[in-house]
Amino acid sequence: MNFNRASEKLQILADAAKYDVSCASSGGNRKNTNKGLGDSKANGICHSFTEDGRCVSLLKILLTNHCIYDCAFCVSRKSNDIQRAAFTVEEVVELTINFYRRNYIEGLFLSSGIFKNADYTMERLLRIVKKLRLEERFNGYIHLKTIPGASEELIQEAGLYADRMSINLEMPTEAGLKTVAPEKSHEDVKKPLHFVNQHIQAYNSDRKLVLSTPKFVPAGQSTQMVVGATPESDLEIMATADQFYKAYNLKRVYYSGYVPIRQDSLLPSIGTPPPMVRENRLYQTDWLMRFYGFRVDEILDDTHPNLDPEIDPKLSWALRNLHVFPVDINTADYQLILRVPGIGVGSAKKIIAARQFGKLRTYQLQNLGIAYNRAKYFVRCADSPFASKDWQATQIRHFILSSSQHKRQSPQQLTLF
Amino acid sequence: MEIYVFDDTFEGFLTLIFDWYNRKPGSITVSSTKQYHPQAFSQTYFVVTDSEKATRVATGLRKRLSKEAWRALYCTFLSERPEGYEHLFGFAVYVFSGIVQAESNYGNEHVLFVHQMARKVEREKHHMEAFIRFQQTQDGMYYAPIEPKYNVLPLLAGHFRDRYADQAWVIYDHVRRYGLYYDLHSLQLITLDFQQGTNLETPARISEDYHEEMYQLLWKDYFRSTNIPARRNLKLHVRNLPRRFWKYLTEKQVFD
Ligand code: SF4
Repeated sequence: MNFNRASEKLQILADAAKYDVSCASSGGNRKNTNKGLGDSKANGICHSFTEDGRCVSLLKILLTNHCIYDCAFCVSRKSNDIQRAAFTVEEVVELTINFYRRNYIEGLFLSSGIFKNADYTMERLLRIVKKLRLEERFNGYIHLKTIPGASEELIQEAGLYADRMSINLEMPTEAGLKTVAPEKSHEDVKKPLHFVNQHIQAYNSDRKLVLSTPKFVPAGQSTQMVVGATPESDLEIMATADQFYKAYNLKRVYYSGYVPIRQDSLLPSIGTPPPMVRENRLYQTDWLMRFYGFRVDEILDDTHPNLDPEIDPKLSWALRNLHVFPVDINTADYQLILRVPGIGVGSAKKIIAARQFGKLRTYQLQNLGIAYNRAKYFVRCADSPFASKDWQATQIRHFILSSSQHKRQSPQQLTLF
Repeated sequence: MEIYVFDDTFEGFLTLIFDWYNRKPGSITVSSTKQYHPQAFSQTYFVVTDSEKATRVATGLRKRLSKEAWRALYCTFLSERPEGYEHLFGFAVYVFSGIVQAESNYGNEHVLFVHQMARKVEREKHHMEAFIRFQQTQDGMYYAPIEPKYNVLPLLAGHFRDRYADQAWVIYDHVRRYGLYYDLHSLQLITLDFQQGTNLETPARISEDYHEEMYQLLWKDYFRSTNIPARRNLKLHVRNLPRRFWKYLTEKQVFD
């Protein structure tokens, strides 16, 4: 491999791939049984973090940034005057293997601009994953983009070697997508998502009968929506996410705050900061749906179509539903304890386990690793005074905001809950 | 109060528990040899490590603990914290006291401590799995120096053996001065005697192998290119990637 050429391509094609925010390497489960290279566990690993704080888990590159399409939001669009490059199959394989051997990465995330046509592109992606799996006996993680419009034979074969496949919705609604990429539609995304999902289900039920059934996209499918490029509300975004989770059994939906890359009357102008707080609130909502048993319509509805930027959606829900509280830590069921602001999945489980040894008192609850300053307005312990103060929602909101203000150094520093 | 001193090994610690039940001295303090300071008004009892006694205690504990709790106990031991040994001792006594499901009583201070300490140790193990960087030496072996906060090397063996089954590698703990060596067939514990001032601690120089340097540079290219400057957030960066790991992170080295 020629260093200078490889270095130049790597810089161009990593730069072009970085707006796809999915970084997960989880859900893979390829055991190293062939004394080959690599072994992927169910939980992915972040091997580094960029200066913007995002996880670096996979070598995320485009095969090429040549593209026959002209989507307004994309750096690689045909009419954009930028340097173009394309990796060879061997270059991608060598980079992946050598990075993996040094423990830089969990695997490869390979995407591509569309050059010539969909099949021509998909066929090359397929060559790379086959070479990795069959010739290099590579068991690391592979996330492969499904190229919309590629033939089902190619997609199906790719599914035998990839751990995860994804296609991006790009904009949260069909109408939004049409304004910035008239050549594209959500239908082009739904078709292959459906096709791959059907095969995943079929392989899974075969595996119940025949254990040796080969793996097919074992880490499932994901998609991404760009947030803030087009004018959709948070309700529209989360409704789309919910629909896709359910219809295609998606493992993840990613929300990518739009980073303006060029001047275009259709899009936010250059220099507009990416909506990072909003993006974070959307991820929090996504978590509440997947792990906390919330429905979308409990968090967002026509009277509250957008998430509150100041407080997280769980607190926001609690303040709108004060009649549910206070929750008695010693008697409430798990699902309800999980809804208390400041209590996460881990501490809710600990509470359930610990209270079987006797009624929990305030100091014990504080020690269980919950955010007590937040939770205290919503819970009762064995020693809580019988008539606790009845605060108004606005008061609680004020207390929590002012007590967390000096602790939260910058609004940029975001955590889940 | 009597001080019980064991020889820094897990077996030694388990023997200590056995001896305590045998001698019934009441309440004691626990110390490893490394951390032991004689005290004017306390008697000291030096535990003699005995693998038979240790096995009996281990068997007894494993019978009363879930797999996870047994691992938590071992992790807490690997933390090498003085207060960790105290809590572990208290934990073991509590478990042997006959209370059913003792390990889930997070209202008990020892149970809670072991649980929380184990999480810290597991997190450090996870950090190592993520941040270890191998470099290939001229003889083809992959070498990674580490300086973990806790003694997590024993916990790393399986992960790296499964992952790098087809390459020879060494992971060396520079704080505790021992390493793991995988020779394509089996794993061995090794101690290398590095002379003072050898260049093993400055990663770039041990490899004059051209490819090693090339891949290090390409990795740095990648690391730089995958960043989105408009989203720059150094606080988050440092929180996710604490500075103490930078020393051995290829992408954080500036000499290029
Ligand atoms: S098809 Fe994909 S790569 Fe091509 S311009 Fe559209 S978004 Fe960009």
